[in-house]
Amino acid sequence: MAQPATESEFTLDTAAELAREEGGHEIRGRSPWFLAWRRLRRNKIALAALLLFFLIVIACLLAPVYAHRVADTGPNANHPLDKVNVNGTQVSVLSQGGYLNKKTLQPCSTGGNDCKLFSSIPIGPTWVSGGGHFVLGADSNGRDVAVRLLYGGRVSLFVGVISSAICVILAIVLALVAGYFGGWIDFVITRFFDLFFAFPAVLLGIALGSALAINGFHHFGLNIGSGSIWIPTLVISYVLIPYVGRPLRGQVLSLREKEFIEAAISQGASPLRIMFSELLPNVASSVLVFFTLIIANNIVLEAALSFLGAGVQPPTASWGTLISDGETLIVTRPWLSLAPGIAIVLTVLALNVFGDGLRDALDPRAKVRVEH
Amino acid sequence: MLTFLIRRVIGAALVCLAVTFIVFVIFIVVPGGDPAQRIAGKNATQQNIINIRHSWGFDQPFYVQYWDMLKKMFNGDLVSYTSQQNVVGQIVQGMPATFSLTIGAGIIWLFFGILVGVISAVTAGRLSDRLITVFALIGISMPVFWLGIVARYYFAEGGIATVFPDGEYYPISQNPAQWFWHLLLPWVVLAVLFIGFYGRVLRGNILDAINEDYVRTAKAKGLSPRRILIKHVLRTSLIPIVTLFGLDFAGVLGGGAILTETVFDLHGVGQYAAQSINNFDLPPIMGVTMYGAFFIVTFSVLVDLFYAYLDPRIRPS
Repeated sequence: MAQPATESEFTLDTAAELAREEGGHEIRGRSPWFLAWRRLRRNKIALAALLLFFLIVIACLLAPVYAHRVADTGPNANHPLDKVNVNGTQVSVLSQGGYLNKKTLQPCSTGGNDCKLFSSIPIGPTWVSGGGHFVLGADSNGRDVAVRLLYGGRVSLFVGVISSAICVILAIVLALVAGYFGGWIDFVITRFFDLFFAFPAVLLGIALGSALAINGFHHFGLNIGSGSIWIPTLVISYVLIPYVGRPLRGQVLSLREKEFIEAAISQGASPLRIMFSELLPNVASSVLVFFTLIIANNIVLEAALSFLGAGVQPPTASWGTLISDGETLIVTRPWLSLAPGIAIVLTVLALNVFGDGLRDALDPRAKVRVEH
Repeated sequence: MLTFLIRRVIGAALVCLAVTFIVFVIFIVVPGGDPAQRIAGKNATQQNIINIRHSWGFDQPFYVQYWDMLKKMFNGDLVSYTSQQNVVGQIVQGMPATFSLTIGAGIIWLFFGILVGVISAVTAGRLSDRLITVFALIGISMPVFWLGIVARYYFAEGGIATVFPDGEYYPISQNPAQWFWHLLLPWVVLAVLFIGFYGRVLRGNILDAINEDYVRTAKAKGLSPRRILIKHVLRTSLIPIVTLFGLDFAGVLGGGAILTETVFDLHGVGQYAAQSINNFDLPPIMGVTMYGAFFIVTFSVLVDLFYAYLDPRIRPS
């Protein structure tokens, strides 16, 4: 029987060892956060993943610079009649369609198996030869895919991060209230969680997303237009609340029985104070891990909703809408769908790897995980 | 045990009812505006809209509408707004494809999930474990519909080779070999995410179990490593996997494979739901969510029972 991995395990011995590494100083008290940071720092793979994530974020933030300085276009600018200089020759961004062979793009008879009616054929990836124009090619409207990829990344990351923040905050409040007060409040909140587990998350997401895509949301003093990216953001944040809320409630429930809560109550601390300054810091490490993993999950969910037409609405680009735009041209111009998909995989992979490292560093024994 | 079962069944029925109510609220109350207007389309005359409003009952208060819809659902005569087809009939028509997809993919993901989890736990820290971890994480990070599109392009549309048929479901009753061949790609695509996920969960469970006292006792007794792994470690480590599998399987069976079904054009229940949602067709969505909730709720009761059977410690009293 092989020995289990011990590299991620943290014991008192390792604490002393770490302290000795400091260079013979006296052993001082360290905050758990500091110790976690030190453990994380030694996990090079997790740090590399974090770096990759930040690189992607920075690239997407620099989208306007790239679009205006290098590609000379905008995310929604069509170029149906333009020509682009590729290695000295002028190539049309959109060439004429008709009945063409799907792969060779030669005219063909209408009965052929590989024959398809194309409205127009966009230019393929120019990579380096186009001087920064249409690096990944154009879509069927003649829009620059590389530019849309970066702008789409801004939207996907915005939806992913903000929806996760809202989701986690609401889940924390529900879990703290349910776990602290118990009784019928706990009963109602747990039933609410159970109810949402009975829906497939994607089904609930598309149902809400497409319902709101029609007229937007105009209730409770909120006015959100139908094309706003706040709609997928709010829908996605709402769908996953029970996935975070249920395990957190479990943790709060067991912390509630600990002596330090009893002590706080006997000192006359208010429920609010107990919930937010006694209980919350004790679940903070799980919350942080959940937050990272939920961002990864929500980026995929946004893509899925947008792919089905219930998420980000055209002409706004997001990684999901780009994949769906490119699907019809997949045989002819595979990069239209491949590029945004690869962007999603890299981002989500980076977040998953970092989330794992973070969990190991914060609490080697924790069992926090996100269910898809 | 019996009271536990009765309580769970009543709870399950209530959950199903609540689910239909939520769907109803989402589609009638949330969007605002006039549903009759949407069904009639942009070029409808005023009289058209009034007729539609009356015949579908949109002029009634919403609780009356809800009640009517429930009645229709239980009588099996729920009818689509747009195509006028019977919803139950459509769901039944989609079930062979959805069931074939789910059962095949379920077998693949359970088998490979367990295999991958055991191998990476047994070789924890070594190269094979690291490689498996990397692949599992990549598998988890891929959007299933993108993987589907790419797999379809590379293996069915000639990106690399045209090995598999290009989408569509082939009934098993007509030709089992064709059925298998048509479903192989969707099965694998759907299973990839679950394999990675189950493998990782199982790896963690096994590594936890190995450190337990009873494993040390078994070692001290002189049992062979293989026997310890299979009889003692796997037995406890697989229990959470059973729960996970029951719920995931039910979710996919209940229309959760919307994306895979849509990408491969399998005409299953999930794809029916996706189309209805795009057409804003409330009755089919009610039908499908009810159908999905039924499976999820039933399976969660079954999983609880099976769980109690496997693990005496949590038997409900």
